[in-house]
This record gives sequence, C-alpha cells and structure tokens, in this order.
Amino acid sequence: MELIKDLPEIYEEFAEQRKKSFLGIKSLKEKGVPIVGVFCTYFPQEIPAAMGAAVVGLCSTSDETIPDAEKDLPRNLCPLIKSSYGFAKTDKCPFFYFSDLVVGETTCDGKKKMYEYLANFKPVHVMELPNRQSEDGCTMYKNEIIRFKKVLEEKFKVIITEDQIRAAIKERNREREALKRLYKLMKKDPAPMLGDDLYKVLYGATFKFDKKQSALEIYAICDKIEKEYEEGNHLEKRPRIMITGSPVSGGASKVIKAIEDNGGVVVVFENCGGAKSVEELVDEQNPDVYEALAKRYLNIGCSCMSPNPSRYKLMGQLIEEFRPDAVVDVVLQACHTYNVETIGIKRFVTETYHLPYMSLETDYSVSDIGQLNTRMAAFLEML
Amino acid sequence: MLSLGIDSGSTTTKGILFDGTEIVSALLVPTTARPKESLNTVYKALSQNGVDFTISTGYGRGLLEQADKKITEITCHARGAAWLNPSIRVVIDIGGQDCKAILLNEQRQVADFLMNDKCAAGTGRFIEMMMRTLDAPLDSIDTFVQGKKPASISSMCTVFAESEIVSLLAEGEDAGNIALGMIHAICKRTSFFAQKMNLEGKVFFTGGLSKYEIFRKTLEEYLQLEVHTHQMAQYAGAIGAAVIASETL
Repeated sequence: MELIKDLPEIYEEFAEQRKKSFLGIKSLKEKGVPIVGVFCTYFPQEIPAAMGAAVVGLCSTSDETIPDAEKDLPRNLCPLIKSSYGFAKTDKCPFFYFSDLVVGETTCDGKKKMYEYLANFKPVHVMELPNRQSEDGCTMYKNEIIRFKKVLEEKFKVIITEDQIRAAIKERNREREALKRLYKLMKKDPAPMLGDDLYKVLYGATFKFDKKQSALEIYAICDKIEKEYEEGNHLEKRPRIMITGSPVSGGASKVIKAIEDNGGVVVVFENCGGAKSVEELVDEQNPDVYEALAKRYLNIGCSCMSPNPSRYKLMGQLIEEFRPDAVVDVVLQACHTYNVETIGIKRFVTETYHLPYMSLETDYSVSDIGQLNTRMAAFLEML
Repeated sequence: MLSLGIDSGSTTTKGILFDGTEIVSALLVPTTARPKESLNTVYKALSQNGVDFTISTGYGRGLLEQADKKITEITCHARGAAWLNPSIRVVIDIGGQDCKAILLNEQRQVADFLMNDKCAAGTGRFIEMMMRTLDAPLDSIDTFVQGKKPASISSMCTVFAESEIVSLLAEGEDAGNIALGMIHAICKRTSFFAQKMNLEGKVFFTGGLSKYEIFRKTLEEYLQLEVHTHQMAQYAGAIGAAVIASETL
C-alpha cells in the first residue's frame, strides 16, 4: 500500500471514517454480513469477529437526539447514555439501524437501566459484567463470554470454533499493536502531532471493518509521521497534557480543542478510545481462549469497577512513558463513578507524581465552551 | 515605561495604568450590553498619554484589539491580589457572574484553582437582584444588615430566591434579616466551594463584593481563616494584568 497524501489529509480521512462507514455498513449488510452493535470496551470483539460479523460502536457523542431521549429518560443522566438512547429511538443512527443484535454490558447504573428500554427497539443482549476484577469475577465473565457465543450461534445459525476465535484474537492483537505504535509516537518531545489528530485516527480506526487493512494503514501513517519528524516537521514545544476519565469523542472533543487552542498538546489519552481500550493484548498462548478474553477485557480500568486498580496502574505507566506536564480528568455530567473517582485520581497524580491536576465536568453541548477555554487557558498559564 | 491592564468583567470593566512601581491611574466603568465599547472606553481614557504594553483579562479579554496579550482572570487575579498584599496564600473572588478560589504557592504563583461558572447563585448578580427585590440601594448593604439576625434561606438559585424573598416579606420578616440571611447563605456556599482545596494562610477577598465589610466578616466566620481585603481589591484582575505587562517590558 502506498501512502502519498499529506498527514493533515490522512487525519481528516480518519475523522470522516465514521460517516464513510455508514455506506460501508450498508454494503456489508447487502452481502449478508451480520452486524453487531456494541457500546463498551468491555465487549469481547473477537467473538463476533470469529464468525465474520462486523462490529460497530453505538456510543453516541452528539447532543442532537438528547431532547428525544429526555422524553423517556431523566434529564440529569450522562449525555452518552441519553444520546445513545436517543439515536436508537429516533432511528437516526445508521449503525443502530443496521445492527442485527445490540450488545450491552452491566457497567454503570445509567447504562444498564437504559438497555432495558433499548430492548423495545432492537434485539438486545446484555452481558453481565462483575463489579470487581477478582478470580470469581473473571470466571463469571468467562461464562458470560461463552453464553454470548451461544447467543450468536443460535441467532445466526452458525458454529463458532475456538480456532476461529484464536485467529480473531491474533488479528485484533495486530491491530492493537499498530494503534499502540501510533499513540506511542507521542512520547516524543516536542510532540509529532496534535492530540486532536491522534484521536481522530484512534476513533476513526474503530469504524474500519477490515482490521488487517486498518493495521497496515496505521503502520504506514506511523512511518510517515516518523519520517516527517526526522525532517523537523513536528509541533513546537508545548505543555504536555494527559487526558483521563470519560470518553472525549464527538461533542466532548471540545475539551481536546480547548487544551490545544490554548497552547497545550494532549500527548496521551488514558480513557476509552485511547490506551484504556487498546494497551493490553489478549494472551495468545493461553489454550483457553475464553479465559484469555475474560482476563484481558475484565482488566480494563473503568470506574464502574470497585475498587479500580487497573486505572491507577495504567495511569502510572503512561505518566512514566509520556512524561506529561499535567493531567486533565474529564467527567461527563452525571457520570457518578468517574466523578467520585476524581478525588482518588487527584491524590494519585498530585501526591505520587507531583503533577498539576484538573477535573472538569462537561457534556456534549457547546454551551460551556467559553468557560472551558478560560479554565484550560488558566490551567496552562499555571504550568 | 507605562503598562496597562484591563479587566473586562461581566458587570464592570476595570483599567489600571502602572509605571512599574505604582498605580498611576485607575478607572471603573459599568460593562454594557456591548462589552467591547466598555473596553474601548477604558482603553482610550487610560492610554491617552501613551502606553507601552497592554494586557486584557476577564471574560471579554478577546475583544480588545489594542491588547498586546490576553491572560485569563485566574492568573491576573492571583498576581494582582499578591501585589496588593504579599502575605496572602488564597484568593477568593466573587465576581458579577462567577466565583473563583485560587491557591498560591510560596512564589505567589497559581498552584491550583476552582471556578464556579455554571450558575449565578452566590455571585454579585444574586446580591444585586436581592437588594432590588428588597427595595434598598446595594451600596447601603453594610448599614442595612447592621444588628440584624440572619433569616433562614433555603434556596440558593437566583431565580427561585426572588420568590423566596417575596414570601418571606409577605410573612412579615424584616428586610435586613432577609438580606443578612442571603449574605450568610452566599458566604457559606463560597466557603464550602473553596474548601475543596486545602486552604491555609491568609485569604484575600476580591471582586465587586469585597468592598462591603459584611461579606469579608461573614466569609471569615465560615472559612475560619483570616480574610483580608483592600480598597483596590475590585481592581485585582486589572492590577495583575498591568503588573504582568510591566514585567514584559
């Protein structure tokens, strides 16, 4: 594959990937490829991939459908949950429309209750996720993965073999390695690109259905970025920021913009969409594929876990690798678990690593952009 | 060498002309519906004898074309407050539409800050509205509440508080008691908000409300820390901007 375009064009192309996939998904559907719509990084993508199904993310990030959602759901609920439900209800999301099965997990309270109503619009399967990453929890999640496999087999009249799962694990691991190589380029100081551009690629990649091809493209982008870096094409030196907390795609990407418009650069995303969903590989040596998947996925450090040691562990590792100058913790409005966790994360960041920390609560609307800009500008002036 | 700092706040626009050691002149005008005009009025009045560097701050900081630099009100308030009183470690600013608490390190730089910018409760706007409903001039607030007992206030929402004031008046509650009750409610709320950070040392109180002794005294009561202010405290943001501007010269 030859990549001749300029980097800004490539970033834009990835940013457009979600829209482009609307057409892609239609042609997959016409070819008879089953489509599984998912909401969460705890979802073991390898299982549907093993039967050749396409997996699409249904987490919505726009405030467009929130008024419709609020007719059924309380107002003071997380915007991600309201937006996702709203898109399903109004049939405005083509991914939801084309999904043959929608899968949720019992993560936060808001999401698991929302899935109960989502079942009015679509076939919904909810995987039971344990509250803690204990041995019993892992056994339980392993059984849930097997149960989910059976649901797929019955619904689509197929047999999913362990060899197929093993092959899917390998394929996804290769994609994870490619994405990791990409975001680890941000260890360079000065940074090679804006965090906004990195996030476009990371987010866009989740909407590429051909994972082999996607990995190749990402490697080619990495080569290109490295070559340009050698030639001196990189950002000027800027304060380096780590983002952690709730996802920052779509409407919440205003946080990335507020940081970078005011002179900072987001060098690492610890949250979903960034390292949280990519960093750890599935153990390819484990003869028990279900156990390997359960261990890898359950280990994700989301605040719906109690306690949540994986988040601290990953944050510590990333702080040492990427050497950020400060940490910004994003909380989507009414996301109680991430909100409660801010005090623990603040102590961890300021006491263990002596880095400035800021938490901010926001939603998908544009109403707080002025305040966000002032806060981020003041935070960056402080560094 | 003269530097100019202009703070475009939601209620008033403040300007400070600084010669590197002393304040040469100060000006405060109300911020109109067109904040750019208020900024230009202050700029014109203070720059007539020439100025070498101008920094704008406050929520309208992006609107002054003549500004050489724009800096947020957090950094400027901290610097201005520390210039007025070098012994302070905390700045609490109650402005027209928001409220902020700033923690300073030993070098008197910003170490941490909090902003309550989501609603007008507990800000200058709230007090303005309250005094209007009580039919008393804002500037008389210190004497208005003298010797009064704070009425118990349940609503802190600017919109709902008005109806609460009306019903308290209808029940025959003394207007001074109501005003004092509201002042206590605001100071209590501001203290809780600021105490999310570990406060220690002297507190400096800035913003439009800092000129009223009752607020300083009540804040002190709730914070359990010494609260200082200064006759120029309302200008802290503009002073900070002017001081920072003079350092770039």
